[in-house]
Amino acid sequence: MEKLLNDFSYGLFFWQLVILTILILLLAKFAWKPILNSLSEREEGIKSALESAENARKEMQDLQADNQRILNEARAERDTMLKEAREMKEKIVADAKTEAQAQGLKLIEQAKAAIESEKNAAMAELKLQVSSLSLSIAEKLLKDELSNTEAQTKLVEKMLGDVKLN
Amino acid sequence: MIISKKPVRSLTAILIGLISSVAMANPVEDTTHVKTETASHTEQVAHETANHETEAHTEKHEALSPKEKINEHIQHHLADSYDFTLYSDEEAGTHVGFPLPVILIDDGLKVFSASAFHHGETVANVDGAYYKLVHNKIYKTDAEGTLELDHHGHPTNEMPLNFSITKNVFSLLITSLLLFLMFTALARTYKKGPNNLPTGFSRVLEPLVLFVRDEIARPNIGEKKYKKFMPFLLTVFFLIWLLNLIGLTPLGINVTGNIAVTFCLAFVTLIITNFSANKDYWGHIFWMPGVPAPMKIILAPIEVLGIFTKPFSLMIRLFANITAGHAVMMGLLAIIFLFKNLLGTGGSIGVSLALTTFISLIELLVAFLQAFIFTMMSSLFIGMAVQEHDHHDDHH
Repeated sequence: MEKLLNDFSYGLFFWQLVILTILILLLAKFAWKPILNSLSEREEGIKSALESAENARKEMQDLQADNQRILNEARAERDTMLKEAREMKEKIVADAKTEAQAQGLKLIEQAKAAIESEKNAAMAELKLQVSSLSLSIAEKLLKDELSNTEAQTKLVEKMLGDVKLN
Repeated sequence: MIISKKPVRSLTAILIGLISSVAMANPVEDTTHVKTETASHTEQVAHETANHETEAHTEKHEALSPKEKINEHIQHHLADSYDFTLYSDEEAGTHVGFPLPVILIDDGLKVFSASAFHHGETVANVDGAYYKLVHNKIYKTDAEGTLELDHHGHPTNEMPLNFSITKNVFSLLITSLLLFLMFTALARTYKKGPNNLPTGFSRVLEPLVLFVRDEIARPNIGEKKYKKFMPFLLTVFFLIWLLNLIGLTPLGINVTGNIAVTFCLAFVTLIITNFSANKDYWGHIFWMPGVPAPMKIILAPIEVLGIFTKPFSLMIRLFANITAGHAVMMGLLAIIFLFKNLLGTGGSIGVSLALTTFISLIELLVAFLQAFIFTMMSSLFIGMAVQEHDHHDDHH
Protein backbone atom coordinates (compact mmCIF):
# COMPACT_ATOMS: atom_id res chain seq x y z
CA MET A 1 0.00 0.00 0.00
CA GLU A 2 2.82 2.38 0.89
CA LYS A 3 4.52 1.45 -2.32
CA LEU A 4 1.32 2.07 -4.26
CA LEU A 5 0.94 5.52 -2.73
CA ASN A 6 4.60 6.18 -3.29
CA ASP A 7 4.30 5.16 -6.93
CA PHE A 8 1.16 7.17 -7.49
CA SER A 9 1.97 9.72 -10.13
CA TYR A 10 -0.29 12.74 -10.08
CA GLY A 11 1.23 13.80 -13.42
CA LEU A 12 0.05 10.59 -15.02
CA PHE A 13 -3.34 11.00 -13.33
CA PHE A 14 -3.59 14.52 -14.67
CA TRP A 15 -2.72 13.49 -18.21
CA GLN A 16 -4.99 10.47 -18.07
CA LEU A 17 -7.88 12.67 -16.92
CA VAL A 18 -7.20 15.20 -19.67
CA ILE A 19 -6.77 12.54 -22.37
CA LEU A 20 -9.80 10.55 -21.23
CA THR A 21 -12.03 13.63 -21.12
CA ILE A 22 -10.90 14.80 -24.54
CA LEU A 23 -11.17 11.28 -25.93
CA ILE A 24 -14.72 10.86 -24.59
CA LEU A 25 -15.78 14.22 -26.01
CA LEU A 26 -14.09 13.68 -29.37
CA LEU A 27 -15.32 10.13 -29.78
CA ALA A 28 -18.80 11.11 -28.65
CA LYS A 29 -18.97 13.74 -31.34
CA PHE A 30 -17.18 12.03 -34.19
CA ALA A 31 -17.73 8.35 -33.54
CA TRP A 32 -20.27 7.26 -30.94
CA LYS A 33 -23.03 9.64 -31.98
CA PRO A 34 -23.01 8.80 -35.70
CA ILE A 35 -22.40 5.09 -34.99
CA LEU A 36 -25.16 4.71 -32.42
CA ASN A 37 -27.56 6.83 -34.44
CA SER A 38 -26.91 4.80 -37.56
CA LEU A 39 -27.26 1.54 -35.64
CA SER A 40 -30.59 2.54 -34.13
CA GLU A 41 -31.67 3.97 -37.47
CA ARG A 42 -30.83 0.68 -39.10
CA GLU A 43 -32.69 -1.21 -36.41
CA GLU A 44 -35.68 1.05 -36.87
CA GLY A 45 -35.41 0.48 -40.61
CA ILE A 46 -35.32 -3.29 -40.19
CA LYS A 47 -38.21 -3.11 -37.75
CA SER A 48 -40.35 -1.00 -40.05
CA ALA A 49 -39.40 -3.14 -43.03
CA LEU A 50 -40.53 -6.22 -41.15
CA GLU A 51 -43.69 -4.46 -40.10
CA SER A 52 -44.49 -3.35 -43.62
CA ALA A 53 -43.77 -6.86 -44.88
CA GLU A 54 -46.19 -8.15 -42.28
CA ASN A 55 -48.72 -5.54 -43.34
CA ALA A 56 -48.25 -6.44 -46.98
CA ARG A 57 -48.77 -10.08 -46.12
CA LYS A 58 -51.95 -9.19 -44.24
CA GLU A 59 -53.14 -7.06 -47.12
CA MET A 60 -52.37 -9.86 -49.49
CA GLN A 61 -54.38 -12.18 -47.28
CA ASP A 62 -57.24 -9.70 -47.19
CA LEU A 63 -57.04 -9.33 -50.93
CA GLN A 64 -57.11 -13.07 -51.39
CA ALA A 65 -60.04 -13.34 -49.03
CA ASP A 66 -61.76 -10.63 -50.99
CA ASN A 67 -61.09 -12.41 -54.22
CA GLN A 68 -62.42 -15.60 -52.78
CA ARG A 69 -65.49 -13.82 -51.55
CA ILE A 70 -66.12 -12.19 -54.91
CA LEU A 71 -65.59 -15.49 -56.65
CA ASN A 72 -68.01 -17.19 -54.30
CA GLU A 73 -70.53 -14.44 -54.83
CA ALA A 74 -70.18 -14.71 -58.57
CA ARG A 75 -70.55 -18.43 -58.37
CA ALA A 76 -73.66 -18.11 -56.22
CA GLU A 77 -75.08 -15.57 -58.62
CA ARG A 78 -74.42 -17.83 -61.55
CA ASP A 79 -76.07 -20.68 -59.70
CA THR A 80 -79.15 -18.63 -58.91
CA MET A 81 -79.28 -17.45 -62.50
CA LEU A 82 -79.09 -20.97 -63.77
CA LYS A 83 -81.69 -22.04 -61.29
CA GLU A 84 -83.98 -19.24 -62.31
CA ALA A 85 -83.50 -20.08 -65.97
CA ARG A 86 -84.29 -23.66 -65.29
CA GLU A 87 -87.37 -22.72 -63.34
CA MET A 88 -88.46 -20.39 -66.08
CA LYS A 89 -87.97 -23.07 -68.68
CA GLU A 90 -89.98 -25.49 -66.64
CA LYS A 91 -92.68 -22.95 -66.16
CA ILE A 92 -92.80 -22.17 -69.86
CA VAL A 93 -92.96 -25.80 -70.71
CA ALA A 94 -95.66 -26.37 -68.12
CA ASP A 95 -97.57 -23.37 -69.32
CA ALA A 96 -97.32 -24.51 -72.91
CA LYS A 97 -98.44 -27.93 -71.91
CA THR A 98 -101.51 -26.71 -70.05
CA GLU A 99 -102.37 -24.38 -72.86
CA ALA A 100 -101.97 -27.11 -75.41
CA GLN A 101 -104.10 -29.35 -73.30
CA ALA A 102 -106.74 -26.72 -72.99
CA GLN A 103 -106.57 -26.06 -76.69
CA GLY A 104 -106.83 -29.78 -77.43
CA LEU A 105 -109.77 -30.15 -75.11
CA LYS A 106 -111.45 -27.23 -76.72
CA LEU A 107 -110.86 -28.68 -80.18
CA ILE A 108 -112.22 -32.02 -79.05
CA GLU A 109 -115.19 -30.31 -77.56
CA GLN A 110 -115.75 -28.48 -80.81
CA ALA A 111 -115.29 -31.66 -82.78
CA LYS A 112 -117.71 -33.44 -80.50
CA ALA A 113 -120.23 -30.67 -80.88
CA ALA A 114 -119.79 -30.75 -84.65
CA ILE A 115 -120.20 -34.48 -84.71
CA GLU A 116 -123.27 -34.19 -82.53
CA SER A 117 -124.83 -31.60 -84.79
CA GLU A 118 -123.92 -33.61 -87.90
CA LYS A 119 -125.47 -36.63 -86.28
CA ASN A 120 -128.54 -34.70 -85.39
CA ALA A 121 -128.77 -33.37 -88.90
CA ALA A 122 -128.33 -36.82 -90.30
CA MET A 123 -130.94 -38.21 -87.99
CA ALA A 124 -133.29 -35.44 -88.96
CA GLU A 125 -132.72 -36.18 -92.64
CA LEU A 126 -133.19 -39.85 -91.99
CA LYS A 127 -136.37 -39.20 -90.19
CA LEU A 128 -137.44 -36.98 -93.04
CA GLN A 129 -136.59 -39.63 -95.63
CA VAL A 130 -138.19 -42.39 -93.56
CA SER A 131 -141.31 -40.35 -93.17
CA SER A 132 -141.40 -39.47 -96.88
CA LEU A 133 -140.68 -43.02 -97.74
CA SER A 134 -143.41 -44.18 -95.41
CA LEU A 135 -145.69 -41.65 -96.96
CA SER A 136 -144.91 -42.85 -100.47
CA ILE A 137 -145.34 -46.43 -99.39
CA ALA A 138 -148.50 -45.62 -97.73
CA GLU A 139 -149.61 -43.73 -100.85
CA LYS A 140 -148.77 -46.61 -103.13
CA LEU A 141 -150.30 -49.05 -100.68
CA LEU A 142 -153.35 -47.09 -100.56
CA LYS A 143 -153.47 -46.93 -104.38
CA ASP A 144 -152.90 -50.68 -104.64
CA GLU A 145 -155.30 -51.50 -101.82
CA LEU A 146 -157.72 -49.72 -103.66
CA SER A 147 -157.27 -52.10 -106.60
CA ASN A 148 -156.05 -55.35 -105.29
CA THR A 149 -155.67 -56.38 -101.74
CA GLU A 150 -153.35 -59.21 -102.41
CA ALA A 151 -151.33 -57.27 -104.71
CA GLN A 152 -151.30 -54.48 -102.14
CA THR A 153 -149.83 -56.77 -99.47
CA LYS A 154 -147.33 -58.11 -101.93
CA LEU A 155 -146.30 -54.59 -102.78
CA VAL A 156 -145.97 -53.59 -99.20
CA GLU A 157 -143.74 -56.55 -98.54
CA LYS A 158 -141.70 -55.88 -101.64
CA MET A 159 -141.38 -52.22 -100.75
CA LEU A 160 -140.39 -53.03 -97.27
CA GLY A 161 -137.78 -55.42 -98.64
CA ASP A 162 -136.39 -52.67 -100.82
CA VAL A 163 -136.10 -50.28 -98.01
CA LYS A 164 -132.66 -50.33 -96.69
CA LEU A 165 -132.42 -48.76 -93.45
CA ASN A 166 -129.51 -46.63 -93.97
CA MET B 1 -31.63 -7.75 -5.43
CA ILE B 2 -29.90 -6.09 -8.31
CA ILE B 3 -27.47 -8.90 -8.92
CA SER B 4 -30.24 -11.48 -9.15
CA LYS B 5 -31.50 -9.63 -12.22
CA LYS B 6 -28.21 -10.07 -14.06
CA PRO B 7 -27.62 -12.93 -16.42
CA VAL B 8 -25.68 -15.84 -15.05
CA ARG B 9 -22.77 -15.37 -17.40
CA SER B 10 -22.16 -11.87 -16.08
CA LEU B 11 -21.93 -13.30 -12.60
CA THR B 12 -19.46 -15.95 -13.64
CA ALA B 13 -17.44 -13.30 -15.45
CA ILE B 14 -17.23 -11.23 -12.30
CA LEU B 15 -16.33 -14.30 -10.29
CA ILE B 16 -13.50 -15.19 -12.61
CA GLY B 17 -12.31 -11.62 -12.54
CA LEU B 18 -12.23 -11.60 -8.76
CA ILE B 19 -10.50 -14.97 -8.52
CA SER B 20 -7.62 -13.85 -10.68
CA SER B 21 -7.20 -10.64 -8.72
CA VAL B 22 -7.04 -12.54 -5.46
CA ALA B 23 -4.89 -15.40 -6.68
CA MET B 24 -2.42 -13.50 -8.77
CA ALA B 25 -1.97 -10.24 -6.97
CA ASN B 26 -0.09 -11.59 -3.99
CA PRO B 27 3.25 -12.54 -5.55
CA VAL B 28 3.58 -9.01 -6.86
CA GLU B 29 3.25 -7.57 -3.40
CA ASP B 30 6.05 -9.83 -2.18
CA THR B 31 8.44 -8.87 -4.92
CA THR B 32 7.63 -5.27 -4.24
CA HIS B 33 8.94 -5.48 -0.71
CA VAL B 34 12.10 -7.29 -1.68
CA LYS B 35 12.84 -4.71 -4.27
CA THR B 36 12.30 -1.62 -2.19
CA GLU B 37 14.52 -2.95 0.53
CA THR B 38 17.41 -3.87 -1.68
CA ALA B 39 17.06 -0.70 -3.66
CA SER B 40 16.92 1.55 -0.63
CA HIS B 41 19.76 -0.35 0.96
CA THR B 42 22.06 0.25 -1.97
CA GLU B 43 20.81 3.78 -2.12
CA GLN B 44 22.04 4.45 1.39
CA VAL B 45 25.47 3.25 0.46
CA ALA B 46 25.61 5.39 -2.60
CA HIS B 47 25.38 9.14 -2.06
CA GLU B 48 27.32 12.38 -2.25
CA THR B 49 28.29 12.92 -5.88
CA ALA B 50 26.85 12.01 -9.22
CA ASN B 51 29.95 10.12 -10.23
CA HIS B 52 29.84 8.06 -7.11
CA GLU B 53 26.18 7.44 -7.73
CA THR B 54 26.88 6.04 -11.19
CA GLU B 55 29.56 3.77 -9.85
CA ALA B 56 27.30 2.58 -7.11
CA HIS B 57 24.63 1.79 -9.66
CA THR B 58 26.93 -0.34 -11.74
CA GLU B 59 28.22 -2.04 -8.62
CA LYS B 60 24.71 -2.74 -7.56
CA HIS B 61 23.89 -4.34 -10.93
CA GLU B 62 26.86 -6.63 -10.64
CA ALA B 63 26.18 -7.49 -7.04
CA LEU B 64 22.59 -8.61 -7.63
CA SER B 65 21.83 -12.30 -8.05
CA PRO B 66 19.89 -13.35 -11.16
CA LYS B 67 16.75 -13.66 -9.07
CA GLU B 68 17.02 -10.16 -7.69
CA LYS B 69 17.90 -8.87 -11.10
CA ILE B 70 14.75 -10.44 -12.51
CA ASN B 71 12.69 -8.91 -9.72
CA GLU B 72 14.19 -5.55 -10.45
CA HIS B 73 13.54 -5.98 -14.13
CA ILE B 74 9.90 -6.87 -13.50
CA GLN B 75 9.54 -3.86 -11.22
CA HIS B 76 11.11 -1.69 -13.85
CA HIS B 77 8.72 -3.03 -16.46
CA LEU B 78 5.69 -2.44 -14.27
CA ALA B 79 6.71 1.11 -13.43
CA ASP B 80 6.32 4.18 -15.56
CA SER B 81 9.35 5.65 -17.26
CA TYR B 82 10.59 8.81 -18.90
CA ASP B 83 12.06 6.97 -21.88
CA PHE B 84 10.38 4.67 -24.32
CA THR B 85 12.91 1.87 -24.16
CA LEU B 86 12.37 -0.98 -26.56
CA TYR B 87 15.34 -2.99 -25.31
CA SER B 88 18.66 -2.33 -23.65
CA ASP B 89 22.01 -3.99 -23.56
CA GLU B 90 23.09 -4.16 -19.96
CA GLU B 91 26.73 -4.99 -20.53
CA ALA B 92 27.30 -2.29 -23.11
CA GLY B 93 25.01 0.05 -21.15
CA THR B 94 23.08 1.05 -24.26
CA HIS B 95 19.36 1.57 -24.46
CA VAL B 96 17.44 1.40 -27.71
CA GLY B 97 14.38 3.62 -27.70
CA PHE B 98 13.62 7.27 -27.55
CA PRO B 99 13.41 9.81 -24.76
CA LEU B 100 10.11 11.54 -23.98
CA PRO B 101 9.56 15.16 -22.97
CA VAL B 102 9.81 16.04 -19.31
CA ILE B 103 7.52 18.86 -18.20
CA LEU B 104 8.23 20.41 -14.82
CA ILE B 105 6.63 23.35 -13.11
CA ASP B 106 9.36 24.91 -11.03
CA ASP B 107 9.71 28.67 -11.33
CA GLY B 108 7.84 28.55 -14.60
CA LEU B 109 7.30 25.82 -17.10
CA LYS B 110 10.35 23.75 -17.92
CA VAL B 111 10.23 21.38 -20.85
CA PHE B 112 13.20 19.27 -21.81
CA SER B 113 14.02 15.86 -23.21
CA ALA B 114 14.44 12.97 -20.81
CA SER B 115 17.68 12.16 -22.59
CA ALA B 116 19.23 14.82 -20.34
CA PHE B 117 19.01 12.32 -17.45
CA HIS B 118 20.86 9.59 -19.32
CA HIS B 119 18.63 7.02 -17.62
CA GLY B 120 19.29 8.50 -14.22
CA GLU B 121 23.02 8.49 -14.60
CA THR B 122 23.58 12.21 -14.91
CA VAL B 123 22.10 15.41 -13.55
CA ALA B 124 19.99 17.41 -15.98
CA ASN B 125 20.82 21.07 -16.16
CA VAL B 126 17.84 23.12 -17.32
CA ASP B 127 18.16 26.91 -17.36
CA GLY B 128 20.43 26.85 -14.37
CA ALA B 129 18.33 24.43 -12.32
CA TYR B 130 19.53 20.89 -11.69
CA TYR B 131 17.29 17.84 -11.64
CA LYS B 132 18.08 14.26 -10.88
CA LEU B 133 16.08 11.15 -11.70
CA VAL B 134 16.00 8.63 -8.86
CA HIS B 135 13.65 5.67 -9.05
CA ASN B 136 11.34 7.34 -11.55
CA LYS B 137 11.07 10.44 -9.45
CA ILE B 138 12.57 13.78 -10.37
CA TYR B 139 14.29 15.68 -7.55
CA LYS B 140 15.69 19.16 -7.56
CA THR B 141 19.35 19.06 -6.74
CA ASP B 142 22.61 20.93 -7.22
CA ALA B 143 25.22 20.64 -9.95
CA GLU B 144 26.80 17.59 -8.31
CA GLY B 145 23.49 15.82 -7.88
CA THR B 146 23.63 15.70 -4.09
CA LEU B 147 20.74 13.84 -2.52
CA GLU B 148 19.78 14.16 1.10
CA LEU B 149 18.40 10.87 2.29
CA ASP B 150 16.13 10.23 5.24
CA HIS B 151 16.56 7.16 7.44
CA HIS B 152 14.42 5.08 5.01
CA GLY B 153 16.80 5.93 2.20
CA HIS B 154 14.28 8.13 0.43
CA PRO B 155 15.64 11.40 -0.90
CA THR B 156 14.19 14.42 0.86
CA ASN B 157 15.12 16.88 -1.85
CA GLU B 158 12.44 19.20 -3.20
CA MET B 159 10.33 17.67 -5.95
CA PRO B 160 9.10 20.01 -8.67
CA LEU B 161 5.54 19.62 -9.97
CA ASN B 162 5.88 16.94 -12.57
CA PHE B 163 3.59 16.80 -15.58
CA SER B 164 5.95 14.91 -17.86
CA ILE B 165 4.82 13.03 -20.91
CA THR B 166 5.94 9.67 -19.55
CA LYS B 167 5.87 6.35 -21.33
CA ASN B 168 2.36 5.71 -20.07
CA VAL B 169 1.11 9.13 -21.12
CA PHE B 170 2.70 8.61 -24.49
CA SER B 171 1.14 5.15 -24.83
CA LEU B 172 -2.19 6.61 -23.79
CA LEU B 173 -1.94 9.26 -26.47
CA ILE B 174 -1.06 6.69 -29.13
CA THR B 175 -3.86 4.37 -28.00
CA SER B 176 -6.35 7.22 -27.94
CA LEU B 177 -5.30 8.19 -31.44
CA LEU B 178 -5.73 4.58 -32.56
CA LEU B 179 -9.17 4.44 -30.98
CA PHE B 180 -10.13 7.69 -32.61
CA LEU B 181 -8.99 6.51 -36.03
CA MET B 182 -10.69 3.13 -35.63
CA PHE B 183 -14.05 4.47 -34.65
CA THR B 184 -14.18 7.49 -36.91
CA ALA B 185 -13.50 5.00 -39.71
CA LEU B 186 -16.48 3.00 -38.50
CA ALA B 187 -18.57 6.16 -38.25
CA ARG B 188 -17.60 7.11 -41.81
CA THR B 189 -19.04 3.90 -43.23
CA TYR B 190 -22.52 5.00 -42.12
CA LYS B 191 -22.30 8.25 -44.02
CA LYS B 192 -23.77 6.59 -47.06
CA GLY B 193 -26.77 5.55 -45.01
CA PRO B 194 -27.34 3.31 -42.04
CA ASN B 195 -27.81 0.26 -44.19
CA ASN B 196 -24.34 0.56 -45.63
CA LEU B 197 -22.58 -2.26 -43.77
CA PRO B 198 -19.02 -1.62 -42.63
CA THR B 199 -16.22 -3.49 -44.31
CA GLY B 200 -12.81 -4.69 -43.18
CA PHE B 201 -11.78 -3.96 -39.61
CA SER B 202 -14.85 -1.83 -38.91
CA ARG B 203 -16.89 -4.95 -39.42
CA VAL B 204 -15.32 -6.32 -36.23
CA LEU B 205 -15.95 -3.13 -34.28
CA GLU B 206 -19.64 -2.86 -35.02
CA PRO B 207 -20.69 -5.98 -33.10
CA LEU B 208 -18.47 -4.88 -30.21
CA VAL B 209 -20.24 -1.53 -30.05
CA LEU B 210 -23.54 -3.42 -30.14
CA PHE B 211 -22.24 -5.71 -27.40
CA VAL B 212 -21.48 -2.78 -25.11
CA ARG B 213 -24.86 -1.25 -25.86
CA ASP B 214 -27.03 -4.35 -25.61
CA GLU B 215 -25.19 -6.48 -23.04
CA ILE B 216 -23.68 -3.86 -20.76
CA ALA B 217 -25.48 -0.51 -20.88
CA ARG B 218 -29.07 -1.43 -21.65
CA PRO B 219 -29.67 -4.15 -19.05
CA ASN B 220 -27.80 -2.33 -16.27
CA ILE B 221 -28.84 1.28 -16.74
CA GLY B 222 -32.24 0.82 -18.27
CA GLU B 223 -33.81 1.48 -21.61
CA LYS B 224 -34.70 5.10 -20.89
CA LYS B 225 -31.45 6.47 -19.59
CA TYR B 226 -28.67 4.40 -21.07
CA LYS B 227 -28.07 6.67 -24.06
CA LYS B 228 -26.60 9.48 -22.01
CA PHE B 229 -23.83 7.25 -20.65
CA MET B 230 -22.96 5.45 -23.84
CA PRO B 231 -20.01 7.72 -24.82
CA PHE B 232 -18.34 7.16 -21.45
CA LEU B 233 -18.98 3.42 -21.35
CA LEU B 234 -17.91 2.81 -24.93
CA THR B 235 -14.79 4.93 -24.59
CA VAL B 236 -13.76 3.32 -21.32
CA PHE B 237 -14.46 -0.20 -22.59
CA PHE B 238 -12.43 0.16 -25.75
CA LEU B 239 -9.68 2.20 -24.11
CA ILE B 240 -9.14 -0.37 -21.36
CA TRP B 241 -9.32 -3.28 -23.76
CA LEU B 242 -6.93 -1.76 -26.25
CA LEU B 243 -4.51 -0.73 -23.50
CA ASN B 244 -4.67 -4.24 -22.05
CA LEU B 245 -4.01 -5.74 -25.47
CA ILE B 246 -1.16 -3.36 -26.22
CA GLY B 247 0.25 -4.30 -22.83
CA LEU B 248 0.50 -7.89 -24.09
CA THR B 249 2.69 -6.92 -27.03
CA PRO B 250 6.48 -6.97 -26.62
CA LEU B 251 6.50 -3.16 -26.63
CA GLY B 252 6.62 -3.41 -22.85
CA ILE B 253 3.77 -1.02 -22.12
CA ASN B 254 1.92 -1.33 -18.82
CA VAL B 255 -0.68 1.42 -18.70
CA THR B 256 -3.72 -0.27 -17.14
CA GLY B 257 -1.42 -1.86 -14.56
CA ASN B 258 -0.65 1.60 -13.21
CA ILE B 259 -2.55 2.71 -10.15
CA ALA B 260 -2.81 6.33 -11.30
CA VAL B 261 -4.48 5.27 -14.54
CA THR B 262 -6.99 2.92 -12.91
CA PHE B 263 -7.57 5.53 -10.22
CA CYS B 264 -8.40 8.06 -12.90
CA LEU B 265 -10.82 5.67 -14.62
CA ALA B 266 -12.53 4.80 -11.34
CA PHE B 267 -12.57 8.48 -10.39
CA VAL B 268 -14.43 9.36 -13.59
CA THR B 269 -16.94 6.57 -12.83
CA LEU B 270 -17.36 7.99 -9.31
CA ILE B 271 -17.95 11.50 -10.67
CA ILE B 272 -20.39 10.37 -13.34
CA THR B 273 -22.28 8.07 -10.96
CA ASN B 274 -22.75 10.69 -8.27
CA PHE B 275 -23.43 13.64 -10.52
CA SER B 276 -26.11 11.80 -12.44
CA ALA B 277 -27.66 10.29 -9.32
CA ASN B 278 -31.29 11.08 -8.59
CA LYS B 279 -33.05 11.89 -5.34
CA ASP B 280 -33.83 8.23 -4.65
CA TYR B 281 -30.15 7.34 -4.71
CA TRP B 282 -29.24 9.95 -2.09
CA GLY B 283 -32.33 9.03 -0.12
CA HIS B 284 -31.16 5.44 0.02
CA ILE B 285 -27.75 6.54 1.20
CA PHE B 286 -28.57 9.03 3.92
CA TRP B 287 -32.02 7.95 5.04
CA MET B 288 -32.66 4.38 3.98
CA PRO B 289 -36.41 3.99 3.59
CA GLY B 290 -38.20 1.04 5.09
CA VAL B 291 -35.93 0.45 8.10
CA PRO B 292 -36.26 1.66 11.72
CA ALA B 293 -34.75 5.05 12.60
CA PRO B 294 -31.74 3.72 14.61
CA MET B 295 -30.85 1.49 11.67
CA LYS B 296 -31.02 4.49 9.37
CA ILE B 297 -28.39 6.22 11.45
CA ILE B 298 -26.17 3.15 11.38
CA LEU B 299 -26.67 2.55 7.68
CA ALA B 300 -25.90 6.09 6.54
CA PRO B 301 -22.11 6.01 7.17
CA ILE B 302 -21.92 2.53 5.65
CA GLU B 303 -23.72 3.69 2.56
CA VAL B 304 -21.56 6.82 2.34
CA LEU B 305 -18.51 4.58 2.53
CA GLY B 306 -20.10 2.49 -0.21
CA ILE B 307 -20.00 5.47 -2.58
CA PHE B 308 -16.24 5.26 -2.47
CA THR B 309 -15.63 1.55 -2.06
CA LYS B 310 -17.48 0.76 -5.28
CA PRO B 311 -15.14 2.72 -7.58
CA PHE B 312 -12.24 1.73 -5.34
CA SER B 313 -12.91 -1.92 -6.13
CA LEU B 314 -12.91 -1.01 -9.81
CA MET B 315 -9.54 0.63 -9.45
CA ILE B 316 -7.93 -2.20 -7.52
CA ARG B 317 -9.43 -4.96 -9.66
CA LEU B 318 -8.11 -3.62 -12.94
CA PHE B 319 -4.76 -2.63 -11.48
CA ALA B 320 -4.20 -5.94 -9.71
CA ASN B 321 -5.25 -8.10 -12.64
CA ILE B 322 -3.07 -6.39 -15.18
CA THR B 323 -0.10 -5.99 -12.86
CA ALA B 324 -0.35 -9.62 -11.84
CA GLY B 325 -0.62 -10.71 -15.46
CA HIS B 326 2.47 -8.76 -16.44
CA ALA B 327 4.42 -9.96 -13.43
CA VAL B 328 3.53 -13.60 -14.09
CA MET B 329 4.41 -13.25 -17.74
CA MET B 330 7.78 -11.70 -16.96
CA GLY B 331 8.42 -14.30 -14.28
CA LEU B 332 7.72 -17.11 -16.70
CA LEU B 333 10.02 -15.53 -19.25
CA ALA B 334 12.68 -15.42 -16.53
CA ILE B 335 12.59 -19.23 -16.41
CA ILE B 336 14.92 -19.08 -19.40
CA PHE B 337 17.64 -17.60 -17.21
CA LEU B 338 16.83 -19.21 -13.88
CA PHE B 339 16.66 -22.83 -15.02
CA LYS B 340 19.31 -22.68 -17.71
CA ASN B 341 21.65 -24.86 -15.70
CA LEU B 342 18.97 -27.30 -14.66
CA LEU B 343 17.16 -27.80 -17.98
CA GLY B 344 19.74 -26.66 -20.49
CA THR B 345 19.25 -23.70 -22.80
CA GLY B 346 16.80 -25.48 -25.10
CA GLY B 347 14.84 -27.01 -22.24
CA SER B 348 14.43 -23.78 -20.31
CA ILE B 349 13.39 -21.91 -23.44
CA GLY B 350 10.90 -24.69 -24.23
CA VAL B 351 9.36 -24.70 -20.75
CA SER B 352 9.23 -20.92 -20.66
CA LEU B 353 7.71 -20.74 -24.12
CA ALA B 354 5.01 -23.29 -23.32
CA LEU B 355 4.05 -21.59 -20.05
CA THR B 356 4.21 -18.08 -21.49
CA THR B 357 2.03 -19.05 -24.43
CA PHE B 358 -0.48 -20.56 -22.05
CA ILE B 359 -0.51 -17.48 -19.82
CA SER B 360 -0.68 -15.22 -22.88
CA LEU B 361 -3.89 -16.89 -23.95
CA ILE B 362 -5.32 -16.42 -20.48
CA GLU B 363 -4.12 -12.83 -20.50
CA LEU B 364 -5.92 -12.28 -23.81
CA LEU B 365 -9.09 -13.39 -22.08
CA VAL B 366 -8.30 -11.29 -19.01
CA ALA B 367 -7.66 -8.25 -21.22
CA PHE B 368 -11.21 -8.50 -22.52
CA LEU B 369 -12.69 -9.62 -19.25
CA GLN B 370 -11.27 -6.72 -17.25
CA ALA B 371 -12.46 -4.19 -19.81
CA PHE B 372 -15.86 -5.88 -19.74
CA ILE B 373 -16.03 -6.02 -15.95
CA PHE B 374 -14.93 -2.45 -15.52
CA THR B 375 -17.54 -1.22 -17.98
CA MET B 376 -20.22 -3.53 -16.62
CA MET B 377 -19.63 -2.54 -13.02
CA SER B 378 -19.53 1.14 -14.00
CA SER B 379 -22.84 0.82 -15.77
CA LEU B 380 -24.21 -1.14 -12.82
CA PHE B 381 -23.23 1.67 -10.43
CA ILE B 382 -24.66 4.28 -12.77
CA GLY B 383 -27.79 2.18 -13.15
CA MET B 384 -28.17 2.03 -9.36
CA ALA B 385 -27.79 5.80 -9.17
CA VAL B 386 -30.32 6.67 -11.85
CA GLN B 387 -32.90 3.92 -11.49
CA GLU B 388 -36.45 4.93 -10.73
CA HIS B 389 -38.02 3.41 -7.64
CA ASP B 390 -41.56 3.10 -8.81
CA HIS B 391 -42.35 0.27 -6.43
CA HIS B 392 -40.68 0.91 -3.14
CA ASP B 393 -41.84 -2.34 -1.61
CA ASP B 394 -40.33 -4.23 -4.46
CA HIS B 395 -36.92 -2.92 -3.49
CA HIS B 396 -36.81 -4.19 0.06
